[in-house]
Amino acid sequence: MSTTHQRYYVPHDSGWPIFGAVALLLVGYGAASWVTQAGKPEGGNGVYIFWAGIALLVVMLFGWFGTVIRESTSGLYSDQLDRSFRQCMAWFIFSEVMFFLAFFGALFYARVIAVPWLGGAGNNAMTGELLWPQFDAVWPVLKTPGGTETQPMPWSGIPLINTLILLASSVTLQVAHTAIELGNRARLKVFLGLTIVLGAVFLGFQVYEYVHAYRDLGLRLDSGIYGNTFFLLTGFHGLHVTIGAILLLVIWLRIVIKDHFTADKHFGFQAAAWYWHFVDVVWLNLFIFVYVL
Amino acid sequence: MSTEQTGALHPGEHLDHEHKPRGITRWLYSTNHKDIGTLYLLFSLAMLFIGGSLAMVIRAELFQPGLQFVDPHFFNQMTTVHGLVMVFGAVMPAFVGLANWMVPLMIGAPDMALPRVNNWSFWILPCAFAILLSTLFMEGGAPAAGWTFYAPLSTTYSSDSTAFFVLAVHLMGVSSIMGAINIIVTIFNMRAPGMTWMKLPLFVWTWLITAFLLIAVMPVLAGVVTMVLTDKYFGTSFFDAAGGGDPVMFQHIFWFFGHPEVYIMILPAFGIISAIIPTFARKPLFGYESMVVATASIAILSFLVWGHHMFTVGMPVAAELFFMYATMLIAVPTGVKVFNWVATMWRGSMTFEVPMMFALAFIVLFTIGGLSGLMLAITPADFQYQDTYFVVAHFHYVLVTGAVFGIIAGVYYWLPKWTGVMYSERLAQTHFWCSLVSVNILFFPMHFVGLAGMPRRIPDYALQFADLNALMSIGGLLFGLSQLLFVWGVVRCMRGVGDKASDRVWEGAQGLEWEIPSPAPYHTFETPPVVK
Repeated sequence: MSTTHQRYYVPHDSGWPIFGAVALLLVGYGAASWVTQAGKPEGGNGVYIFWAGIALLVVMLFGWFGTVIRESTSGLYSDQLDRSFRQCMAWFIFSEVMFFLAFFGALFYARVIAVPWLGGAGNNAMTGELLWPQFDAVWPVLKTPGGTETQPMPWSGIPLINTLILLASSVTLQVAHTAIELGNRARLKVFLGLTIVLGAVFLGFQVYEYVHAYRDLGLRLDSGIYGNTFFLLTGFHGLHVTIGAILLLVIWLRIVIKDHFTADKHFGFQAAAWYWHFVDVVWLNLFIFVYVL
Repeated sequence: MSTEQTGALHPGEHLDHEHKPRGITRWLYSTNHKDIGTLYLLFSLAMLFIGGSLAMVIRAELFQPGLQFVDPHFFNQMTTVHGLVMVFGAVMPAFVGLANWMVPLMIGAPDMALPRVNNWSFWILPCAFAILLSTLFMEGGAPAAGWTFYAPLSTTYSSDSTAFFVLAVHLMGVSSIMGAINIIVTIFNMRAPGMTWMKLPLFVWTWLITAFLLIAVMPVLAGVVTMVLTDKYFGTSFFDAAGGGDPVMFQHIFWFFGHPEVYIMILPAFGIISAIIPTFARKPLFGYESMVVATASIAILSFLVWGHHMFTVGMPVAAELFFMYATMLIAVPTGVKVFNWVATMWRGSMTFEVPMMFALAFIVLFTIGGLSGLMLAITPADFQYQDTYFVVAHFHYVLVTGAVFGIIAGVYYWLPKWTGVMYSERLAQTHFWCSLVSVNILFFPMHFVGLAGMPRRIPDYALQFADLNALMSIGGLLFGLSQLLFVWGVVRCMRGVGDKASDRVWEGAQGLEWEIPSPAPYHTFETPPVVK
């Protein structure tokens, strides 16, 4: 082999992974105990175990990423390792796409198959006639076969504003990306900061929308299949926006305080940006299939 | 250490990485693909025996008609946890362990792409199974809805173990997804110069495609268990008609995960068999390209056939026909593989060491499982077979004499490379023949009782099934005991008892993993080899 080869960095032993595994054990066991104990008079310790696990997970993230940043800035990482990071992030986002696909699948199945069948479509005439004669099979299901009633969430108000906010945040993030590649640090800080603010505003509006849904519309998580799909899809999306905003905030702090990243080495920034664009695309699908159609 | 250096290092040159940590932290903190592979394999072996013990409870209860030892609810817990432990605890981690050990060696990589994430993936698994198995000791017992946890059995009619089961599955999913990402990126990004796609050993190819399937469907499993959790505890009605949902929707989402999942459990075994047959036939694999294309075809088709698990739930006839024909189509690439293995052996100079024996048993017995799968794929016939012991026979032929025999074949094949000593051929041959005879006593009669109408997952049965059930239970006990011979053989090698293995180990072995010393050094290919 005539070309020079930079050694692929294989780290020494690390305690963070098993630390993280124990943290996830506490999160999992705590969450399971919590949901089984919630609402019971004797209460329980699940909630504390869960939050202890989350706290350990945060400690692990700081420690682990701190190590990675130190290794990276001391020049241990080759281009090949950089490609590993990129590919891992891409596959991770693909796995997230598949997670959302499960919930979109549930939405489509309910709308196209389950609800019409309950109303007697296909060869289910007797189901509709004998089991749920008063059920009106339309989407959104505002009165379930069991009789729970709710009101629909219109797409024109807050959801439309939120769509514009997220689209704008993708544009500002792209401007920040161009700025980091041009070495324009001032513009990078402003536009990345702007993206985070837009994300926070989006989340604020969503909280407002949820309050509105529960208080004024009677649209709740347990209001039948319409409320189920609405809250799980928008809720998991909101969780992902929160994670994405935290990622961007960490990147922004690293840029402002530590002056990290250069014009040609900024994978951390890029990974967070990819994640943000992914969250944006999920929202566009949500807006179309959950709100508009 | 300078970060830039030329590739012309001497093979024996030691750098600062060449330290081998000692004590317990070597295993807890490991970033070494070989150590982590060993951990996966040992974990899987432990789970094989835990899952096997649960199966022994099932077989003890079914030894005679009537209720002998356990009440029906506990029987349901046994079938459920047996399935979950074997699928997620024994078979999948065993393949991940083999991938950890062998993929970097086969492609000439210094380690996995992200060694620390690799360690995290492993250590999440014991945590997940601690949560799952802890439900056995809880009030109300472990999950009892079957490993497929159909709603409403897992929602309306389940104990609080559901919450623990769901969170355990989430952790298993996190582990699998991170493990799969690591493997896929290792194969994409870490191949030695000259290791082009069409030179990859088939084990690497099959694992690449398996990893893709894992990343695609484990999140769907996470989604469906989340819906089970919210249905049970947060008042949603995804799987409840009264709220506008549908219990059949559970089965659709579950099997969209579940069908690729069964290929996740067999494709790496295809890779192992494709490594072993050429070695002991002393001929190159027949039809390498067609093997790659067949593996990819099976993976793509696996996303289109989930409905064949649900022929009797009331799908429209058009859907039943689509799923029937799509399922039968899978027989084509699978048949390509079987014919290729047979053609590889044609006029080869064959020897019959134990990896080859298990591989040959795999080809015959897996094909039996595949053919009973074709019978099950015929929609009208499936109305008779659905939920009988015929189905149990089918998936145990593909999973035990398929996946598990593939794993055992791989372990015997690579054990000398891992430990540096040959296993005892006599002990291993005894293990093979005991396993082969007992596994068929255990599972073959299930075809007959199933066709005659014995339902699965029921602790009691009609009197006419008594003789064959007693026979199957004896077969099960013998099969379980036979695996102790396997443990004995492996432990002997791990302790270094046996003849020293040569570097190539097998006369006909080809590939990078046989170019390095036996036992494999702690670090290999820190400088990539050049593949011609």
